[in-house]
Amino acid sequence: MKTILAVAGVVIKELYRRKDFYVLFIVTMLICLIMASVRIFNDDKIIRYLKELCLLLVWVSSLVIAITTTARQIPAERENRTLLPLLAKPVTRTQLLLGKFLGCWLACGIALVCFYLFFGALAASREHQWPLLNYFQAASLHWFMLGIVIAMVLLGSLVFAAPSSNSTICFVVVGGILLLGRHLDSVALTLPEPVRSVFLIIYYSIPHLEFFDVRDLIIHDWPLIHWGYYGLALIYGIGYMVVFLTGASLVFRRQSVN
Amino acid sequence: MSGPRIQIWFLILLLVVCFALACPLQSRFVAWPGSRANGDVFAITLGESRKLFANEFFVKADSYYHSGFYPTIFDDNRAFKTAHMAEDTGAVNSQNHGEEESFMGPPRNWIDAFGRHFMPDRHTHLDEGGASGDLSGSEGVREILPWLKLSADLDPQNVQNYIVTAYWLRQRMHQPKTAQEVLLEGLHENPGSCDILFELGRLYAESDHDTNRAVNVWMAGLHNWRPVKGTEDEVAANNFIYEKLATQMGAEQADVGNWQAAIQWFEKAKAVSKTPDGLQQMIELLQQHHSIKPKP
Repeated sequence: MKTILAVAGVVIKELYRRKDFYVLFIVTMLICLIMASVRIFNDDKIIRYLKELCLLLVWVSSLVIAITTTARQIPAERENRTLLPLLAKPVTRTQLLLGKFLGCWLACGIALVCFYLFFGALAASREHQWPLLNYFQAASLHWFMLGIVIAMVLLGSLVFAAPSSNSTICFVVVGGILLLGRHLDSVALTLPEPVRSVFLIIYYSIPHLEFFDVRDLIIHDWPLIHWGYYGLALIYGIGYMVVFLTGASLVFRRQSVN
Repeated sequence: MSGPRIQIWFLILLLVVCFALACPLQSRFVAWPGSRANGDVFAITLGESRKLFANEFFVKADSYYHSGFYPTIFDDNRAFKTAHMAEDTGAVNSQNHGEEESFMGPPRNWIDAFGRHFMPDRHTHLDEGGASGDLSGSEGVREILPWLKLSADLDPQNVQNYIVTAYWLRQRMHQPKTAQEVLLEGLHENPGSCDILFELGRLYAESDHDTNRAVNVWMAGLHNWRPVKGTEDEVAANNFIYEKLATQMGAEQADVGNWQAAIQWFEKAKAVSKTPDGLQQMIELLQQHHSIKPKP
């Protein structure tokens, strides 16, 4: 475990040395503050459009940070020729992968805390309330979704040739799942065989990231999600993380280091 | 004269020529119909495609009216063909059929059933408290206004934007003056619009209690009304606004005791109405009340 944490620590340091997070955070803040300064029909209590915009920017920024940070981890080690010296130490390939995964996931978690604190402050400035438990559920589900994405990108970084192609493919896949994942079975029913079966297989095998997108509940002040279902969603997320990390570990074991 | 001095004089000469040319050209450019210098950012950047975006934002406002409980293109949206926020104003012809609550249908599989715990799951309206169900919080309907404003900016010819915005500003936000400004802006963009004149008349009658002015505005609406030839929905929407205007006129005439004129207005409304029975009952009631012999 110490080895995994040591590798993870290096990844976290890398994130706060790079400028990606700061740029995205400042851009998010600027856009939201400019939009907050707009007064519509002289009513300063209108907030939901602002919450929606802020959460959209948080989601886009977090996905950009998660995918771009993870996609370059293993290829960068290869390119800098530090992978072989690293594995020459008492570090197994699985530990290295888990360390990279944990580092990226924790780094995204830290970024999410900053984003959600800003979101909470922005919402509280007009709503004068702070539904902490709702925000906790939304942020933690968001974080677990990023965990699945990070594990998927880590697997992609071992399969695809370059970080750029891996990032692009992962953005398309994640965007596709978030937009269409819930409706793939409905679409399948309108198609002839064997395309229908292909669509249904995809529907049942993809990670349904839309479970973790509870922005509508936060924007429109819906009550808390039942804790039982919330817990099941987290277990579902962990399940997919394990699947992707196991796949990545199996691929990495068979690859040459150079 | 040295070389650099000639260049400076030549530069000054060019600047003077530019300035002299700019003066007459500027006014011509502004007056030119193809000019993009009218300050409308949306028109410059999006062109005619902005109307598509405007419709999206109008639908977005209706989605906010339902606190996010809204059908996607994959769901059964027969009960949402006409925006409920517009339908509830009473000034728009409804084309909605089917169940509002169950547009998603029964869960198709365990993934669908599980996913429904993470999205809005009840049909609510913001003017009735929204997701919290707190009826005292009907002012929450203010949240639809930014999207309606954006939609009106993108497509100033869509009169529904002005009617819906003005209605909610007047009814729930208690801002009749702002509502009037919105309607007058709509009238400026759509001169003689019967729909806007109908809503403006309601504003004068219900908020300002200025019945004479309201009647004048409704009369103007009736004068501007023309039958249209088009799809069934277009004809129905056009007849609906005539029915509403004529019914309002009838009600006003009945209120001041001029029941014969009132009956005439109700008859006119009945002629274009999809539901003439209710109007016929009102006519019979007036006739009985004032002992007028019904027409053979």
